[in-house]
Amino acid sequence: MSDEAFFWEGVDRGQLLAQKCGDCGSLRHPPLPMCPACQSLNWTAQALSGHGRVHGWIVSKHPSRPDESPRTVVLVDLEEGIRMVSNLEGASHIEIGAPVEVVFREIGGATLPQFRPATGASR
Amino acid sequence: MKPLKSTAIVGIGQTEFSKQSGRSELQLAAEASLAAIRDAGLKPSDIDGMVTYVQDSNDELQLMRCLGIEQLRWTGRTPFGGGGSSAPVQLAASAVASGAARNVLIYRAFNERSGQRFGQPAPIHYGVGGGGAPARSLHFSYGLDTPAKIYALWYQPYMHRYGVTSEDLGRYVVVSRKHAATNPNAWFYDKPITLEDHQASRWIVEPMLRLLDCCQESDGGVALVVSSMERARDLRQKPVRVAAATQAHRMDGHIMFDYYRPDLVGYPEAYASAQELWTQSGLGPQDMDVAMIYENFSPVVLMTLEAHGFCKEGEAKDFIKSGAIELTGQLPVNPNGGLLGEGYIHGMNNITEAVRQLRGTAANQVADAENVLVTVGRSGLILQKA
Ligand SMILES: [Zn+2]
Repeated sequence: MSDEAFFWEGVDRGQLLAQKCGDCGSLRHPPLPMCPACQSLNWTAQALSGHGRVHGWIVSKHPSRPDESPRTVVLVDLEEGIRMVSNLEGASHIEIGAPVEVVFREIGGATLPQFRPATGASR
Repeated sequence: MKPLKSTAIVGIGQTEFSKQSGRSELQLAAEASLAAIRDAGLKPSDIDGMVTYVQDSNDELQLMRCLGIEQLRWTGRTPFGGGGSSAPVQLAASAVASGAARNVLIYRAFNERSGQRFGQPAPIHYGVGGGGAPARSLHFSYGLDTPAKIYALWYQPYMHRYGVTSEDLGRYVVVSRKHAATNPNAWFYDKPITLEDHQASRWIVEPMLRLLDCCQESDGGVALVVSSMERARDLRQKPVRVAAATQAHRMDGHIMFDYYRPDLVGYPEAYASAQELWTQSGLGPQDMDVAMIYENFSPVVLMTLEAHGFCKEGEAKDFIKSGAIELTGQLPVNPNGGLLGEGYIHGMNNITEAVRQLRGTAANQVADAENVLVTVGRSGLILQKA
């Protein structure tokens, strides 16, 4: 059994999840079986807002053949205080600190969380 | 148990560094190992310990058969690939100091260009999961499928904060290729480049890494023999003392995907490794005559220089620009050309170069080298003229 199974099950339901410690309440990502802060084995899957800011980015292309579509890989600082790796869509210019929001897309036969520039309505 | 500094590197050996060795990885390991044992003035039967990397494909028992080693008393393997590339010396020295083994052979050999290339996306990472759905992962699924991309995402916040440009990286690359150009062992022997050549090379990962910022993919083997300082006095070569050796692994560090600390600028493992090396040896950055810095990609040289206190944070680009890392500068870096210029034997070729500098037999010899730092951030050594 994989420690990250819950994460992908959430993604398949259109939810972005992170482990929340059942004892000290801290959030953690990437998934781990034990809380790094208090060593508790109790945890629940907490739904995240999906809002965050760009912390870093690169453009991913195949190293030795032309790509059909290069992808922008981003580090997203989520507002709950954890960081995730994802892709940023629909941005021609990428600013560190730019607000982004999660969307779920079918990519290569599987659903993945992706991010896009946050719409004006969001916080 | 004696201290680590009672141990020494007494033999070095290697094959040629190429793009197509035309022979098996085991043959490369055997050739390099035999050369190291003979260089030391030992016989294969004197070897009673072996260390390599977890990733090495060469089985200790098959290498024993090749070399005619009758019995091993001790083996060990080190994790984290190149990140652990100084650690085999720490393991071997610990075994010798404790008495677990007398003469330890360290080897690393691969066909990393003509066989399984590190620089190409590995199909294994797109394996099919349960129910026929593609396996998803927290990193590979988003396009982080080569070391260049994986590390570039780690370098980007550093380069952004300190305004490090592609040209700044190019100035390191020009020096490494200048060193390689006068090192006959180097793949890029007699092939120096200009900053313009660097700037004209294609992007591998925009906007950080151009082709010439990336280490080579190489075929080859390198081996070392570690023994005690006491036995070394009767051996063929001038011994090179292991003055300090450490690994440095930090809470919330991740191998390759090192994205999860609050502030990604800085290199906490390299900093911790440096502090431990200074403490063990009683030396400091000002005492280092040469630095061998593992550079899978050029930006890590800048981060490593800063973490070891050779210059202030954010100032490595200016340190390099000042000429400090050239052969006649205050801290010659990678006089063999490093992994960009000489070859990529997973970091082991930087250790053999350190030994040559201390023996006084390097192609690009730094005058009166007495202390050489060898580092890959997560593991480091200070080697010393005995
Ligand atoms: Zn906890």
